[in-house]
Amino acid sequence: MDTQSLYALTALFDTPDDVVHAADTVASAGYTKFDVNTPYPVHGMDRAMKLKPSRLGFFALAFGLLGAFSAVGFISWVAVVDYPLVIGGKPFWSWPAFVPVSFELTVLLASVLSVVAMIVIYFKFPNNSHPLHDTPYMRHVSSDKFGICVLATDPQFEEATVRKLLASLNGKDIAPVYYVFDDINHGQSLFDPKFIAVLVLTAAVVSGATYVTFNKLLFIEPFTWMSDQPKLKAQKPSSLFNNGIGMRGAVPGTVARGSLPYAFAGKPDTAAAYLVNPLVPTEEVMKRGREKYLTFCSPCHGNVARGDSRLRGQFPNPPTLHSDKVRNWPDARIYAVITDGQNVMPSYASQIPRDDRWAIIQYVRVLQRSQNPKESDLK
Amino acid sequence: MTDASFATPLVKKELPGSVQRLAWILLAAGVVVIAAAYMVDVRRSAFNNIVLFLFVTSLAGGSLLLIAIEYMSGAVWSVPMRRVVEFIAGLTPLAPLVALPCLLTMHDLYTWTNTEAMAGGGALHAKQPYLNLQFFVIRFVVVFLAWNLFYWLYTRNSLKQDTTRDPALTTFNIRMSAVFLPVFALTVTVTAIDWAMSLEPHWYSTIYGVYYFAGTFLAAVACATYIIVRLNEAGYLPGLRRDHYYSLGALMFAFVNFWAYIAFSQFLLIWYANLPEETFWFMTRWKGGWEYFSIGLIIVHFAVPYFALLSQDSKMDPRRLKFMALWILVAHLMDLYWLVMPTYSPTLTFAWIDLFFPLIVVGAVMLLLTVKMRRHPVMPIGDPKLARGMDFHL
Repeated sequence: MDTQSLYALTALFDTPDDVVHAADTVASAGYTKFDVNTPYPVHGMDRAMKLKPSRLGFFALAFGLLGAFSAVGFISWVAVVDYPLVIGGKPFWSWPAFVPVSFELTVLLASVLSVVAMIVIYFKFPNNSHPLHDTPYMRHVSSDKFGICVLATDPQFEEATVRKLLASLNGKDIAPVYYVFDDINHGQSLFDPKFIAVLVLTAAVVSGATYVTFNKLLFIEPFTWMSDQPKLKAQKPSSLFNNGIGMRGAVPGTVARGSLPYAFAGKPDTAAAYLVNPLVPTEEVMKRGREKYLTFCSPCHGNVARGDSRLRGQFPNPPTLHSDKVRNWPDARIYAVITDGQNVMPSYASQIPRDDRWAIIQYVRVLQRSQNPKESDLK
Repeated sequence: MTDASFATPLVKKELPGSVQRLAWILLAAGVVVIAAAYMVDVRRSAFNNIVLFLFVTSLAGGSLLLIAIEYMSGAVWSVPMRRVVEFIAGLTPLAPLVALPCLLTMHDLYTWTNTEAMAGGGALHAKQPYLNLQFFVIRFVVVFLAWNLFYWLYTRNSLKQDTTRDPALTTFNIRMSAVFLPVFALTVTVTAIDWAMSLEPHWYSTIYGVYYFAGTFLAAVACATYIIVRLNEAGYLPGLRRDHYYSLGALMFAFVNFWAYIAFSQFLLIWYANLPEETFWFMTRWKGGWEYFSIGLIIVHFAVPYFALLSQDSKMDPRRLKFMALWILVAHLMDLYWLVMPTYSPTLTFAWIDLFFPLIVVGAVMLLLTVKMRRHPVMPIGDPKLARGMDFHL
């Protein structure tokens, strides 16, 4: 017992009225460091204990403002500076749309951080122990009794006097509470392996249970009218065919329309030497080429192929197609780039059919001519 | 507590004669001014009459709801003040009288009374089974019959309890409140749709009833707060403390927020969807001078009361409460004006008529209080929860 110090003297009362009266008397006797523990909030206690109004409200206000300003600031930055998108024809800074989220964040930060502040300030986090823990006093005041504890740190604390005062108020089970100094101030650590292990285990169990509950047990599919259709899906099995595979392979010895094999994959120079553009620059070919160019090529290459991307620098800009090098390439060399891809440019073989690729090349030729006209074009 | 402890304060229960004289003067002046206004400009007066009617309905219906909620929630703190709210709910039988001039000038007010326009097909044609004069009047009568029935039952039981002290009367009122709450939800929505929303028969907003309800409850709490604080300061409600005030202030603060929440919800969805048949209602309130009124409404109805009632102290401070209660009543009038008047004139215009219509309400409430306080105790002295209510601490 000699390593233990006195924390407080506690007393229990049977009714809320008794404890309010006791708190009033103790406070009137000049004690400032005492606390009342009750199983539920007792009205009129603040006044009886002569407490000053709580300052937690100012924390809540500050955290609420923090939430409001950070939400409005972040959304504004995203919507106006970093990734401006036109949505529904509205201005980038459409503040009404920001209000619900800002409101939520305000409430969230104000409430959660107030609790955190309370834990840090009043419970002296990371200390997670308290002398009243595991005492008969705490067992009673958290179920069926109302308790008052006068702390030994009170300037006018004197065990005998306090004991007499509490007894005169008809307090029951008047008992001292001791604590080991080291336990309170040095015994606990956030990085206690046991604490961390329990934390991790709790997190795993809670997320696992949540996952199973909401994805397996209680899973309610949303409207499935569109996703569940009696049709074959790419890459999916199907019971319709004997081999159980939904997708059909080519019939041996045949070539599907539009799927002529490309013999020059990875060999652009060979392609340039052997392939010839099968299309001639008619108006029809030009229209097709222009349409496909504007759809597939212009986002990166720009509308006139200067390499001036329309994508606000989110992808690296390609070089201009008006360089001498590209202008002097044969059509098939460009065809090889579209088909195979080059550097960061991926292959467009699956998006653009063969003839459209040739049509695009015809259109690119026109663009090149428009930027570097011959003497004869000006007449 | 014993009977004796309440007998002393109730000696001083009649309001001074000067209040009654002032009430009669205000009431008479109000009637004269309204009559004069109708002679000058029938159409403008009729629109102002809707604002006035909705305001009186707010106070009456909101007070009834306040009583019902006290019974339903088993609240203790509000018991000593319930009788004052019952007095204010005495506006319930009077509110239909205020609506009578409107019923005589329906064609000036509501375009849907033009049956030819309604028969023309389209959206209006589809609303014709609801928006027609006969059904409108039926709804009006049913709503106020229901409200008056509940008003009569509540006050009858409450007053009977003063002498019998029978707790069964409280039980009966609790059961009745369970019936009244859904009835009120329905009837207040019908009132809002009929009298205010149908001014623009093309337009619709499903949250409109809740919007009006938010203002209704807020106005009733503000009116009760002002009267309770004044009466208490004059010594009519002995025993009421700042602890009791706090809940009134908290209710006002809560419903200032609720009003803003609902008002913004209504705006946000319409603004987001951007459908012409919905947005025009806000467009008319955003041009022709109305945009200043709209911004003013946000400041007066939300920003100022929000910050004025934010701190715990301000919710208990009698001076602040009295001022903010009057402020909120004005704000509610402004809100109703904003709902109704753009239909009268797409450009914002003010006339002396607009200012003097509410005069009659002040007179009516004051007269109601003097008359009722002369006849009945100003606290529900027979209520079994009264002693606990008087002893209420935060």
